Amino acid sequence: MNAPSLLLDGLPVPFSDGQTIMEAATVAGIFIPHLCHHPEFKPQGSCKLCTVKANGRYVSACTMPAKDGMEVENNSPDLNDKRRTLLQMLFVEGNHFCPSCEKSGNCLLQALAYELEMLTPHFTQFYPDRPVDASHPEVLLDFNRCILCELCVRASRDVDRKNVFALSGRGIGKHLIVNAESGRLADTGFSLADKAAHVCPVGVILEKRQGFLQPIGCRRYDLQPIGMQVGRPPATGSSEQGS
Amino acid sequence: MATAAFPLETATTDSGSLRRVALDPLSRVEGHGKVTLLLDDAGQVQQARLHIVEFRGFEKFIQGRPYWEVPVMVQRLCGICPVSHHLAAAKALDHIVGADDLPPTAEKLRRLMHAGQILQSHALHFFHLSSPDLLFGFASDAARRNIVGIAAAHPEIARQGVLLRRFGQEIIRLTAGRRVHGTGAVPGGVNRALSRAERAQLLAEIDQVIAWSRQAVQLVKRLHAADPELYDEFGTSRSNLLSIVGAGGVLDFYDGRLRARDADGRLLADAVHVRNYAELISEEVKPWSYMKFPFLTAIGPQEGWYKVGPLARMQNCDAIATPLAEAERREFIAHGGGRVIHAPLAYHWARMIEMLHAAEAIKDLLHDDDLSGSELRSSGARHHEGIGVIEAPRGTLIHHYRVGDDDLVTMCNLIVSTTHNNQPMNEAVRRVAQRHLNGHELTEGLLNHIEVAIRCFDPCLSCATHALGKMPLQLELQDASGRVIGRQGSAPADLSSAAGST
Ligand code: SF4
Ligand code: FES
Repeated sequence: MNAPSLLLDGLPVPFSDGQTIMEAATVAGIFIPHLCHHPEFKPQGSCKLCTVKANGRYVSACTMPAKDGMEVENNSPDLNDKRRTLLQMLFVEGNHFCPSCEKSGNCLLQALAYELEMLTPHFTQFYPDRPVDASHPEVLLDFNRCILCELCVRASRDVDRKNVFALSGRGIGKHLIVNAESGRLADTGFSLADKAAHVCPVGVILEKRQGFLQPIGCRRYDLQPIGMQVGRPPATGSSEQGS
Repeated sequence: MATAAFPLETATTDSGSLRRVALDPLSRVEGHGKVTLLLDDAGQVQQARLHIVEFRGFEKFIQGRPYWEVPVMVQRLCGICPVSHHLAAAKALDHIVGADDLPPTAEKLRRLMHAGQILQSHALHFFHLSSPDLLFGFASDAARRNIVGIAAAHPEIARQGVLLRRFGQEIIRLTAGRRVHGTGAVPGGVNRALSRAERAQLLAEIDQVIAWSRQAVQLVKRLHAADPELYDEFGTSRSNLLSIVGAGGVLDFYDGRLRARDADGRLLADAVHVRNYAELISEEVKPWSYMKFPFLTAIGPQEGWYKVGPLARMQNCDAIATPLAEAERREFIAHGGGRVIHAPLAYHWARMIEMLHAAEAIKDLLHDDDLSGSELRSSGARHHEGIGVIEAPRGTLIHHYRVGDDDLVTMCNLIVSTTHNNQPMNEAVRRVAQRHLNGHELTEGLLNHIEVAIRCFDPCLSCATHALGKMPLQLELQDASGRVIGRQGSAPADLSSAAGST
């Protein structure tokens, strides 16, 4: 019996049972834009960047199981327009001033903005003013850049078994919190060695005193656009710096 | 202490009978400069003031941010000399991380970056922004009085200006990583060295750059020689001088101790450690200006104000360490005939000598193998407070920070060159207004005289006002009740294309 396969933008892509569209595409070396998806974690389908059209319906590629004969549209102007709009909303909702952000060049959000040719933020900036949490001796939290992907929540809960992070509130008031009575990272069992210290795709969870030690221009997405790095887990914490 | 007061700073005639003229920027970007003149019925200037609305948002913004972000973040302050802020902040933070002696590779790379910045900024200031006034005349056709006009009338000068600036920018790109928002200097050192290939690439051009810089000095000297009265008198006022001076008394843009001289060149203070800047200088607040007026504390506000920038540095140092620039410095000093030169237009002469020195220093540095070394940073015992001083293209630049145990900035104080030069620029405006505007119909060309005077010190006031290379002024005629009775705009010197690409 032939291996099952789907048609991704007209190309046959084989997959094995239980794989999502995202996983099948990744194995085939085809890039589907994503933010909350990470190959090491259970998909949660919240950011909607990976939206594709499967048999005519909009679905999340990171959660939708692949089906034999499925026709999937991915790299189309219509879908990329929608993705760009999602990115623009994320950009204005936080403070993402790339030129002076220490995550620049290693940031998934920035890399996608380049990939999807987002030229302006389009919407009015919110300019939130969220104080950073610098209480921990080794790690800084800059909440101004959180995109609520919950990767840190998943990593701390499922890998580190510490439950340091959680999302609180709903709708536009939804935000990341630290699970401590004081709300401060220093008052949790968090450590730089935790998985959760190295999964943030943007510049929220940062190893302290690293900043710009790794020169701009030599960073991961400075070297190669994200669309050509299919299969490599996203650049994450500062552990990746210098690689 | 009594408040300082200067002739023409405040009109003595009953202001009800005076006509107000305001030179106001056409576009306001966060901060701006404005000149107001009060004229009596005979058109005599009774009061002249330069108001600069300083953009102080950064000091507040950076509080609560991690210190390692500062050298990159602070570059948002100025579109013309971001690297000066980058380096002044890094120097202040060196002390925070206990790196008081940088490895030679780090120090030399920073010096190279800064020399590139001096070169590009001085070239921009002179060729793009000032040469149109100097070559065509202060009151010449405003439509032509810009770099495009220079390119048409003096193509070789324009070309050299553009290429000198580009070379400076290339040095910045290679040392800082980017032309804008570079990240090369980090607390305690730098984040990359130069490869031999990169040095060779720059060295291939350096002799040409030095040759053009020499020609630029000759050009300014010809301008002085052609009209000595204008060049020596225009807007001139005597004052003290302040700058840092390097080891052995040499001109040093990157590091040194503070030195001040009086208007006759006598030493007032010397070898003052930059950490004691707050004892050396104080700042006066005046009700009519948002920008403070710094002065030498020991002398007081009336007599203690000073000039910073090329003119001050050229006459504050004892020597320049590179031969071509040193020969030019001697000729410059000789021009003063034993007296300190205070003429604003001589800023350009000193500026071009500095550009030549920067070019020579770049050549020496590029031959130094330390630039390709591998020891990039040092560190030591942490401190809570750091002060960094640097000679930015337009003058002494002071960055002062306090950082908590949690690595967040708790206090930031910046004193930028424009602020140091506030009183000298005000004085220059008053002299020019009195000498050139009194009793005349106020035309665009005459009003441009005022801008020319300001531009000797500062091309656009941008590091104080955040106005990114624009200094367009508008003339407003108001009657005694403040009603606008006439309006006239000077040609907006829109540099956004020039400055925005730094
Ligand atoms: S902190 Fe980072 S990993 Fe955690 S939810 Fe926010 S963006 Fe995602
Ligand atoms: S990557 Fe699929 S919803 Fe976020």
